[in-house]
Amino acid sequence: MKLNRRQFFKICGAGMGGSSVTLMGFSPTPALAEVRTFKLARATETRNMCPYCSVGCGLLIYSTGDKSKNTKADIIHIEGDPDNPVNRGSLCPKGAGVLDMVKSPNRLKFPEVREAGSGEWKRVSWDEAFTRIAKHMKADRDANFVAQNKDGLTVNRWSSFGFLASSAAANEAGYLSHKVLRSLGVVGIDTQARI
Amino acid sequence: MALQSLDIARRSATTTSSPSVRQTTEIAKLIDVSACIGCKACQAACMEWNDIRDDVGWNFGIYDNPTNLSENSWTVMRFAEVEEAGRLEWLIRKDGCMHCADPGCLKSCPAPGAIVQYANGIVDFHEENCIGCGYCVTGCPFNVPRLSQKDGKAYKCTFCSDRVAVGQAPACVKACPTGALQYGTKEQMKDHAAKRVKDLNERGFKSAGLYDPPGVGGTHVMYVLHHADRPQLYSNLPADPGISPMVPLWKGIAKPLATATMALVGLAGLFHYVMKGPNEVSKETEKELEKEEAV
Repeated sequence: MKLNRRQFFKICGAGMGGSSVTLMGFSPTPALAEVRTFKLARATETRNMCPYCSVGCGLLIYSTGDKSKNTKADIIHIEGDPDNPVNRGSLCPKGAGVLDMVKSPNRLKFPEVREAGSGEWKRVSWDEAFTRIAKHMKADRDANFVAQNKDGLTVNRWSSFGFLASSAAANEAGYLSHKVLRSLGVVGIDTQARI
Repeated sequence: MALQSLDIARRSATTTSSPSVRQTTEIAKLIDVSACIGCKACQAACMEWNDIRDDVGWNFGIYDNPTNLSENSWTVMRFAEVEEAGRLEWLIRKDGCMHCADPGCLKSCPAPGAIVQYANGIVDFHEENCIGCGYCVTGCPFNVPRLSQKDGKAYKCTFCSDRVAVGQAPACVKACPTGALQYGTKEQMKDHAAKRVKDLNERGFKSAGLYDPPGVGGTHVMYVLHHADRPQLYSNLPADPGISPMVPLWKGIAKPLATATMALVGLAGLFHYVMKGPNEVSKETEKELEKEEAV
């Protein structure tokens, strides 16, 4: 674009006049600001427990959608459950960041098996995994179950097997774990609460 | 436009007053430093709620992690080891926006609506209006706002304005497992603080008190300190924060003065044009000058 001296001054003058008018408050106002929308407004709320330590804090898990047929739910937020008497809504830093464990790329999402002598982990289906575990349990129990001790006293003990249960289970789930395992004769029951 | 706009008390770079008939309750957050164990649950909850994740940084051999506020870390715990009367004291302070009643960031902001103050006391940044000039960083007496390296806009704690608006407590307060963080009306928080101060006094902290600095009109994030007489012990918490005198100088005096000067120059130009007219150069003079130049 070619400008002569006069045109240059005209443009400068118009520019300055325009900016002065704007500065004096004659510019159109942008829309008024409003607060961010609450991201959980219609999210699905699910009660659960923190998987980390033995305190067993209650969690509220929020997922997208309303569980309708064509919607895949995805967890978007987790916070403390105020109605849980253990934590009454509060959480520790690990619990407060539990969403990132749910979304972790390192998370194991399916059962895997490493055969004896193999260095490879092989993906198996849940059915295969449960069947395999049950078979191993049965074989070990058949071989090592002690019905009576050397004095002839009935003990019904299966001491060659241990079970790692969840310490985050509430009373009801703890009762069930106990019932199932003791009825098999399991002596060694432990939880990650020892950590 | 949403009715929420009626709950806005002040907007940056706006001279017209905001609608102010509707009055909402003034809210506050109380940080009881004496009950804080520095677990950083508030930091984790803040990042989780606000969908921000800071980069994995470096360990510098101190507990501060991350070591400073950033556009992705709106609150950080600052750990100070202080020797008091031959006793080592570990003073842990949750740093972040104080939500001043008289916010220096809002006053220094030149972008209309980039910083707003709600009637309940929350000072919020609206990044869509932010021009990234960084004046809020300079204007803040607590050195809180941070410019993003990614989009050039300023970020800080929002007091979870989206949660508070629907009647929820901020994410950090809800997570706090020791009750060091409390949320309620400003009055309730002052009452709670008074109880804590009395308790601390009885436990030997004679100078315990509430940190609600009057230099910025009071804050909506307050501290209970064991050493309220020396807040600088807590990782340089300012003893008497106030807005820099440069902010009212530029925004209060220099800006209208400059505007008036510009308007006057424009007006003078108009008068000059009307009275004297343009400085016409006759064809003859032009030719003469061209001849002279040619020679």
